[in-house]
Amino acid sequence: MLDIRQRTGYLFLSVMLGHLILISAQVQSRAGVPVLESVTFGVFSRVQGATASLVGSARGGWDNYVDLRDVRAENEALQKQLGDLEVAMQQQRALASEAERLRELLKLQKITTLPTLAAEVIAGNPIPGMQTVTIDRGTADGVLPNMAVIAPKGIVGRIVGPVASNAARVQLLIDRDAAIGAQAERSRSGGMVIGDDADRPLRMDLVSNLADVQQGDAIVASGVDGIYPKGFAVGTVESSAAGTRLHRVITVRPAVDFSSIEQVLVVMVPARGATPFEKPAAPGGSGK
Amino acid sequence: MRTAGVLLALAAALAVQTTLAGLSHGGATLVNLVLVAVVYVGLAFGPVMGLFAGSVGGLVQDALAGGIIGIGGFSKTLVGFLVGVLGAQFIVAQPLPRFVMFVGATIVHELCFQALVAMAETRGIRLQYSALLTQAVINGVIGIVAFQLVEVGPGLLQRRRARGASVSRRRY
Repeated sequence: MLDIRQRTGYLFLSVMLGHLILISAQVQSRAGVPVLESVTFGVFSRVQGATASLVGSARGGWDNYVDLRDVRAENEALQKQLGDLEVAMQQQRALASEAERLRELLKLQKITTLPTLAAEVIAGNPIPGMQTVTIDRGTADGVLPNMAVIAPKGIVGRIVGPVASNAARVQLLIDRDAAIGAQAERSRSGGMVIGDDADRPLRMDLVSNLADVQQGDAIVASGVDGIYPKGFAVGTVESSAAGTRLHRVITVRPAVDFSSIEQVLVVMVPARGATPFEKPAAPGGSGK
Repeated sequence: MRTAGVLLALAAALAVQTTLAGLSHGGATLVNLVLVAVVYVGLAFGPVMGLFAGSVGGLVQDALAGGIIGIGGFSKTLVGFLVGVLGAQFIVAQPLPRFVMFVGATIVHELCFQALVAMAETRGIRLQYSALLTQAVINGVIGIVAFQLVEVGPGLLQRRRARGASVSRRRY
């Protein structure tokens, strides 16, 4: 029988298709246009639609790819910009913090009657076990050994020799070899505050068991050592108990946070043996 | 050569068909000589020639008729091809099978033709069964006669000539 897969079958189908096309070209559809035109338009409209969809998809894919590349580059640029801005913001924040500290320092400088010199801490403790910092003022600015160094919160320490022309070392109150004549602000009971270590509170010795020193009392410099100006804050009593011998066992929490010292004031008064300090005739330097 | 013969047969059929166009029964043509020629070619020369004859004959007939060109071509191509395929598959050498083929081809052609016309004109199929059967029978008869003429005719003529020659020799 008829095998449509043979060459004759293909020929038959081709001829029949040709006839159908010929008929369609002459027959009007209900819309009034030739069927061939209608069918051709319909078929080609689908082909065109598919082609347009394909081209649109390809173009959309390409555009998305290009956009994605642009977005990637833009993202990298934005991330770099964000990083720069974060750095700038941190710098601005640091500047603002520094400005705040300087403002407090300036305020202290204005309210105190002592001649002071603003200095900046440029280095920390070079030797473990020694609580010292280095400031950017030295003999060229009139800084001498045993000058007191203060901060807005209270006493920081004293200048220890040798002093360079543009730098000096400051022994902090928390150094184990540091000591300061002090007294309780409330009861005026005197003693000596000794540094113990960085993480531990100061010790206050030589306070009689009979003295009235309680927890929370403010401890200020007594000025008896001839170095530290009288009345400046040293710290707060953290604990106070009667000792087994003559003196009480008192621990003092420093007023200054020694872990974040950046700007200080050097009291431009040479050390002497008597207290209280007297205001010198002329300051040794100008404020920073 | 064969193609030329087919074209010649189609031309002759068309010429006679147009001459006999007045013969009708209730508006329907009583004979379709082009269809007879197509079926004859399909049976005699196979599906390809049947297809070719049907296509050409139908198109020319459509063109001469002034209707939709292609409907007759489609119908006759289908018939010519089917007849050629059937003729190649089965032994259709006797008058009766050939008659059946002509009748069947006429009916199929008419059904296909009317169906296409109905589709083109968006109306129902209009068939005059009596006229269709009449045309099928007439086509069948003409087809068988044509086969007989082609197959038997040459020999008959030769024998008649030979007989005529012997009579002449006896007379003269």
